[in-house]
Amino acid sequence: MASANVLHALYNDDDILMKAVKELRAKKYRIIEVYTPFPVHGLDKAMGLAPTRLAITSFIYGLIGLSVATLMMNFIMIEDWPRNIGGKPSFSYLQNMPAFVPIMFELTVFFAAHLMVITFYLRSKIWPFQKAANPDVRTTDDHFLIEVDAANHDLDALSKFLYDTGASEISLIHNEEHA
Amino acid sequence: MSSHYEAPIREPLILGEKSYHDISVDVGAPILGKANKSWWIVFSIALIAFLWGLGCIVYTVTTGIGVWGLNKTIGWAWDITNFVWWVGIGHAGTLISAVLLLFRQKWRMAINRSAEAMTIFAVVQAGLFPIIHMGRPWLAYWVLPIPNQFGSLWVNFNSPLLWDVFAISTYLSVSLVFWWTGLLPDFAMIRDRTKSPFQQKIYGILSFGWSGRAKDWQRFEEVSLVLAGLATPLVLSVHTIVSFDFATSVVPGWHSTIFPPYFVAGAIFSGFAMVQTLLLVMRKVVNLENYITIVHIEFMNKVILLTGGIVTVAYLTEYFIGWYSGVPYENYTYLSFGAATGPYWWAFWALIICNLIVPLTLWVKAWRRNIVWTFFVALVINIGMWFERFDIIVLCLSKDRLTSSWTMFSPTFVDIGVFVGTIGFFFVLFLLYARTFPVIAQAEVKSILKSSGARYKRIRESGEDLAGTAADSRTSNYAERTTLASASNNDKTYHQATVNADALLDTEAKKAEVDLMLSRIGIYDPATQTADDLKLISGVGPVLEQKLHQLGIYTYDQVSKMTKTEYDLLDEIIDAFPGRAERDDWAGQAQKLKQ
Repeated sequence: MASANVLHALYNDDDILMKAVKELRAKKYRIIEVYTPFPVHGLDKAMGLAPTRLAITSFIYGLIGLSVATLMMNFIMIEDWPRNIGGKPSFSYLQNMPAFVPIMFELTVFFAAHLMVITFYLRSKIWPFQKAANPDVRTTDDHFLIEVDAANHDLDALSKFLYDTGASEISLIHNEEHA
Repeated sequence: MSSHYEAPIREPLILGEKSYHDISVDVGAPILGKANKSWWIVFSIALIAFLWGLGCIVYTVTTGIGVWGLNKTIGWAWDITNFVWWVGIGHAGTLISAVLLLFRQKWRMAINRSAEAMTIFAVVQAGLFPIIHMGRPWLAYWVLPIPNQFGSLWVNFNSPLLWDVFAISTYLSVSLVFWWTGLLPDFAMIRDRTKSPFQQKIYGILSFGWSGRAKDWQRFEEVSLVLAGLATPLVLSVHTIVSFDFATSVVPGWHSTIFPPYFVAGAIFSGFAMVQTLLLVMRKVVNLENYITIVHIEFMNKVILLTGGIVTVAYLTEYFIGWYSGVPYENYTYLSFGAATGPYWWAFWALIICNLIVPLTLWVKAWRRNIVWTFFVALVINIGMWFERFDIIVLCLSKDRLTSSWTMFSPTFVDIGVFVGTIGFFFVLFLLYARTFPVIAQAEVKSILKSSGARYKRIRESGEDLAGTAADSRTSNYAERTTLASASNNDKTYHQATVNADALLDTEAKKAEVDLMLSRIGIYDPATQTADDLKLISGVGPVLEQKLHQLGIYTYDQVSKMTKTEYDLLDEIIDAFPGRAERDDWAGQAQKLKQ
C-alpha cells in the first residue's frame, strides 16, 4: 500500500457523529472503526455493520443445556439407580418428569446465558489483562472518534471534508501495522 | 432530532445542566475521591456486625445446630426465614435490570447498577444459610452429582432443596455476568479518567480492555437484551423453586399452589423496599440527587404498591381457601383465627400492618413523593416481609396435625447473631462497592441524556436542534478546531513550536507527519535542554544540521531514536538528506555520542 495513513476525527456530540458517518458513507470513504463512550442507537445501521448472531448462538447453547439436563437426570434417576423415593415413579423419564422440570429449566438458562457471554467476550476480544484499544482516552468520556482510511485519498481534501462534517480535532496517524 | 423524540408529558429523569462529561465526573467522583468520615463509621459498624456473625457461624458449625433455638417439631425457623428473605431482596435487582429493560423503561438506568449489586450481595447472604443450617456442612459437596467412589452414588433430583442448589447458583452466576458485562464500559471510563497508576492498572484489568467500538456496542446491546430475556424467567423460576420448598410439602399451610406467584410478588415487593432504603441513602451520600430523582422514587413506590397489592390478594385468597377447603387442619392453621389470636398473634399482626396497611399510604401522591415517608415505609416493608416468611415457616410448623407435637419456637442469641452478621456482611460489601464501582451505569445514562435530560427537553421544546448541545467546554476547549485543512492559515498555533520549516514543508500533511515524528523521537524544549553538536555525527554537515534544526531535531537523544520510518520521512522532506543515514547508522552513532 502506498499509504498506510489513517485519519482520526474526533467529535464531541453524538448527533454530529451520526451525521458525519452518513456523509462519509455517502462519499464512499472507508470507515475503519468508530469509538463511542456509550451505545449510539442506529450507529451500526448507519455504518452498515452486519447484525450480530449472538442471540442465535444463545438459542443453540440453551438447547445444549436442556439436553445435558435431560440426559443427566435420565441416567441418574431412571437408568443407573431407579429407586423408589417417596413413591415417585422411576420407571421412565416421562413418568417422573414434573420433578425434573425445574432443573431442566435452570440448566437451559445457565448454558444459554454463560456460553453466550463467553462467546461475546471471545468474539469481541475482551478479557482480563486485555489492553484497551481506544486511541484517545476521551472516547470513554464524552468524545466520539471515527477512524477513516486515508489510503489513496488526498489528505487535505479528506481532512477538509471531515472538518466540514463538524469534527473538532483531526489527526493523522501512521499505521505501522499496515505499512 | 427525531430519534430523540420524547413526549413532553414525561418528567425529566436527569436534572440540572448536565453534559456527557458531567455524568462521567459525577459517577467517577466517589471512586476517584477519598472516603469521608461517615463512610468509615458506617463501614466499621457493618464490619463489626459481620465479624460477630462470623463468630456465631463458627460457633454453630463447631458446636452443633443445637445452639440454635430449633426443636424437633420446628426444624426450620430463622435460618430458612432469613434465607428466603435475602433471596427475595435480591429479586428486585433483576427485575429492575431485566424486566424493565424488556419494557424499555428508561428510569431503570440510574438505579439498575446498584439494584444488581444489591441482588448479588443479597444472594451471597442467602447462599450462606443453606450451608450453615446443615448438620454436617463439610459434606455439602454431596449435593452435587459428581461421579464418586461409592459406586457412583448420585443425588435425588426429586427434592426442591436440590432444585434450590441449581436455582440459586444459576441465579447468582447469571446475575454476576450480567452485572459485570454492564460494568465494562464504566470501568473503562474510570480507567481512562483516573490519574493514579494503581487505579489505571486495576481498572484496566477489570474493564477487560473495553474500547467502545461500534461493533462491540452492537454486540453488547444484543447480549444485554438476551440476558434480560433469560434473567426474567430465571428470576421468576428462582423464587418459584424457593417456594416449592414449602408448597410441595404436606404441611397444612405450606401445601398451596398459590405460593410460586405469591412468593415472587412478595420478593419484588421486599426487594424494591430494600432498593429504596439503600438508594435514598446513597443518592444523598454520593451526591447523585440529579440522577436518582424523585421521579425514580415515585416509580419504585408504584411498583411497591402494585406488588404489595398482589401480595394482599394472595393473603386474602389463602384465607378464603383455608375456609372454603373445609379441611380442618387448613382451616385451623392457616385461615387462621389461630394465627391471629394464637401465641404468635404479634407476628401475624406485624405482617398485616407492615405489608397490607402501611404501604396503602403510597396511594397518596404527596406521600409517595415524600422521601422521608418513603424511607420509613420501605423499612417497615422490610420488617413486614421478614415476618411474612417467619409466619409461613414457624406458625405452620408449630401447630401441625398432631396436637402432641405442638410447640413453640424462640430464637437463641446465635440465631440472631447469624442474621445480624449477614446484614453486616451485606453492608460491608455494599459500602465497598459504593467506593470502588461506578454506582450508576454511566454509559446507559448518557444514552438517555438527550431524550430525558431536563436541559435537553427544554432545548427541544424551544424548537432548537439538539445537535452539538452535549459538548462540554471543559473537554472541548480546543484553541481552535484543529484540523489539517483549516490550520493552513495559522499553522503555528498547533504544530510543534520548535519546527520552523515552512520552506521545507509544502503540505499540511507533511507538517502533521513531522509532528508525529517528533512525538516518537521526543520534542526538544529549549527552556530545559541544550542543543547537541549534531555535526559530530559522520555525514552531517553544517547545512544538514541547520535543516534538522528547522525540523525541531536538536539532540543526540532524538537522533538515537530514529528508525527507518524517520529516515524515509527526512529523505522525502530534505533534498540533501543522504541515503547513507541508514547505512551509517546515525541512530547508533548518536547513541554513543549521548554517553
